[in-house]
Amino acid sequence: MSNQVPIAEGLFTWPAAKPALLGSRCNQCGIVAFPVASSCMACSGQDVTAEELPGRGTLWTWTVQQFMPKTPYNTNETAETFTPYGVGYVELPGGVRVEGRLTENDPQKLRIGMDMDVVFEPLRTEDSGEEVISFFFKPVE
Amino acid sequence: MDVAIVGIGIHPFGRTPARSGLQQGAYAARLALQDASIQWSDIQFAFGGSASAGSADALVNELGLTGIPFINVANGCATGGSSLISAFNAIKSGEYDIGMVSGFDKHERGAFNADPKELGIGQWYGEVGMMMTTQFFAMKIQKYMHDYGISTDTLAKVSEKAFINGSKNPNAWRREPITVEEITNSMMVSNPLTKFMFCSPSEGGVALVLCRADHAEKYTKTPVYLKAATMKSRRFGSFEVFAPSQALEQVDGPTVDASKAAFEMAGVGPKDMSVMQLQDTEVGAEIMHMAENGFCEHGEQEALIQSGATHINGSLPINTDGGCLANGEPIGASGLRQVYENTLQLRGQAGDHQVPGDPKLAYTHVYGAPGISAVTILQK
Ligand SMILES: [Zn+2]
Repeated sequence: MSNQVPIAEGLFTWPAAKPALLGSRCNQCGIVAFPVASSCMACSGQDVTAEELPGRGTLWTWTVQQFMPKTPYNTNETAETFTPYGVGYVELPGGVRVEGRLTENDPQKLRIGMDMDVVFEPLRTEDSGEEVISFFFKPVE
Repeated sequence: MDVAIVGIGIHPFGRTPARSGLQQGAYAARLALQDASIQWSDIQFAFGGSASAGSADALVNELGLTGIPFINVANGCATGGSSLISAFNAIKSGEYDIGMVSGFDKHERGAFNADPKELGIGQWYGEVGMMMTTQFFAMKIQKYMHDYGISTDTLAKVSEKAFINGSKNPNAWRREPITVEEITNSMMVSNPLTKFMFCSPSEGGVALVLCRADHAEKYTKTPVYLKAATMKSRRFGSFEVFAPSQALEQVDGPTVDASKAAFEMAGVGPKDMSVMQLQDTEVGAEIMHMAENGFCEHGEQEALIQSGATHINGSLPINTDGGCLANGEPIGASGLRQVYENTLQLRGQAGDHQVPGDPKLAYTHVYGAPGISAVTILQK
């Protein structure tokens, strides 16, 4: 099996046994941010603590990206092999709304309010053979 | 000290391969000077901006080196609005009698390319394909349609109206009407928005000559007074572009804040406005901005747009020059184009796109990344 690496350090806890997104909670006003921030955008406090975000939430809004973005978009796709992908904000209870790619790209199967789980899957394979893992939101079956 | 607009100039929007962005800016500046019957040497200060066509202050190389303070402004889509506020305050303070505001631009074809690092966002955000303003606009209107019952047909009608208005405006880029069917069936960009529902980067230039109101009659028989010019940035909790996350509790965006501040400054309300230019980067923006600027309640847009109220002859004429949809968006010039159009409207010089009924008050609004908005109110 090829080596796998996260797309960015500190974004999520994968490859932990029960991987989760990492946010930061302000100890002054309680506001949560994703990704982890060093200060709070709500009250400008600097006393923040990283915490794992809930893994299930509801789709707040969505779209489907129908053409291949220019750089910095970085997958193994070409203009010919590009597959449209869903993007949405998922409201994580008690936390924050997180923007992420969706595993579903069929507009008929996406609706505001549906339950979504965070999953960690390969985004691309580097020339070195390393697989880059990112987070996605997947409709709950 | 009140402030008057006494000269306006525009370089047609669209694509002009033969002229650089700077030359288009100079073209507009010369027309504005001519309109006010003055020389460049009469101008005491200038504020200007361009996102991709060089430094605005390089205009002095075209217009002449007169030693004036020429301050460059860079504020994304609100560049023109920010220049105008700066000039407004410079004259209101009593420091200067007369000055110029300039905005011009010339962009490459295709969507604007954004760099996550410049905005303090991780590289991963761009790598996975979320560094797209088009997605934000699509997701905002998607949610809005769900919450307030706006139909896809209404989205297309906003574009249809923009191209009709563009066809009446000799300075517009898109001058051919496009049917609702063609708009709906054009390439899907980001659901629910199709290609003809978005504006494109383009080229153009606008310049305005402003002076203290008590001097206005020296320069023109048709002064238009700048009763308010405001600019706001986002507060915590407003839903904005390029946000990896947002707060669960939403607050009003910068448009609402800039709008309220402008009405308060001018001492008038939304119902007093005869003509409005509202940021229409895409059709959803125009729809949502109608309510965010106070011209209707959320959800009323569906009936208003279907009834034709936002057309030139309607009760709420919006984007009478074709807006960004028909003019494209040269970032530095875009906000000033709105002020140019409203000045024409209040002077009664808008020709085929003139609103009827001798308009007295006119409103402009821009909105841009990363969550800024600027508003002006003009009075005859
Ligand atoms: Zn805080």
